[in-house]
Amino acid sequence: MALVFAGVASHAPGITGRSDRADPEVRDRFYAAYHEMAAAMRRTEPDALIVVAAEHFANFFMNNMPSFAIGMADFYDGPIEDPEWLGIDRVRVPGDRDLSRRLIERVMHHSDVSYAEEWKFDHGIMVPLHFLTPDYDLPVVPANINCQGPPLTPLHRAWTFGESLRAAADAVPERIALVGTGGISHWPATPDSGKINERWDREFLDRWTRNDRSALLDYDDGAIYRDAGQGGFEIRTFVAVSGAAGGATGTVHFYAPIPIFAVGCTIATYDLAGPGGAQGPVGGQRTAGEVGS
Amino acid sequence: MSLYYVQKFLFELNRSEELQARYREDRSAVLDPYELTEEERAALIEPDIGLLFHFGVNGQILMHFAALHKIEWSDYLQAMRDGVERHGPVREGVYAVTGYEGVDAHSAELGQAPAPPGAAAERAGGQ
Ligand SMILES: [Fe+2]
Repeated sequence: MALVFAGVASHAPGITGRSDRADPEVRDRFYAAYHEMAAAMRRTEPDALIVVAAEHFANFFMNNMPSFAIGMADFYDGPIEDPEWLGIDRVRVPGDRDLSRRLIERVMHHSDVSYAEEWKFDHGIMVPLHFLTPDYDLPVVPANINCQGPPLTPLHRAWTFGESLRAAADAVPERIALVGTGGISHWPATPDSGKINERWDREFLDRWTRNDRSALLDYDDGAIYRDAGQGGFEIRTFVAVSGAAGGATGTVHFYAPIPIFAVGCTIATYDLAGPGGAQGPVGGQRTAGEVGS
Repeated sequence: MSLYYVQKFLFELNRSEELQARYREDRSAVLDPYELTEEERAALIEPDIGLLFHFGVNGQILMHFAALHKIEWSDYLQAMRDGVERHGPVREGVYAVTGYEGVDAHSAELGQAPAPPGAAAERAGGQ
């Protein structure tokens, strides 16, 4: 039917695994914003949730690394990490193999994507689900962009992947919610863990909310690594959601660096009902897709 | 130098409880199928977290290896800092893109104040 919801939210194992070590006031406002995002998503009555993630060597490795992958299974198990370490119990998350297949076939018109009939969720997906669908009662379609092992797909391809997801979501009868999850600046699991470049993050979020394609694509990985760490490579997931949102503009509902979580904690959404949002991606791509199919 | 195989072993170890059990039993034997230098084997057997980070092992892989050895989070971060201090900047892989001069030098580059004493403990909580 359509893409009914599009937003971004942070992941990091510390968000759930080390919650007791954060400033309770900031932490609770962040959690509340996450829960409000869940409520806003539910109000759009989605039939399924696509999570665009940047997994961390849970399924994909340098022996055969896909730039883009989409899950195609009726269930996914997670977390792959020690549940006690992550603070999230091991569960079986519902998927929808048939829906995945139809989405993947459609995405393939514009983006070369690997499919995966088996996928173990790591904290990159489990942390968002912990807040967004804590009862695991909404089918999930996991999508992944390689943000960990260079060479990494260029940002403009991440944008196109988002456009491809949008075209696919608009082509199926189901109502689809889309959530991207990633950095922004952070240096996860390194000696610099806890470092956050707030100024860089706010500049990026300004570009994201304006949905300014050329500004969003105007980063190179050398500069990202220098200013935003290797965790900054995960902006690809945010950029994909921008591509999916067409001309919609967005709102940052929450942003605060929480060093103990090692990431600038972010909750933001696009207003798909607003100007530009309902149109889907602009440009010739969708037309080309109609012709191509 | 075969960072790929060091990481491949750790990737497979992280995913497999069966391999973890065999690693606990005989650390050396489970490494045989991997193309490793003597230095790499030794670092994986000891385990030397700082040296593995210096080799360029990705933290997203290394942190689970540290957890398997019950190395507390703050100690894990400190081991990486010590490794860079002792052996020099990261040799290869994603962290070698621009070299690495240490946490405080890096803060200065970003225009941020160096971490005050005690901040390591604060940082230690994050990931
Ligand atoms: Fe991540």
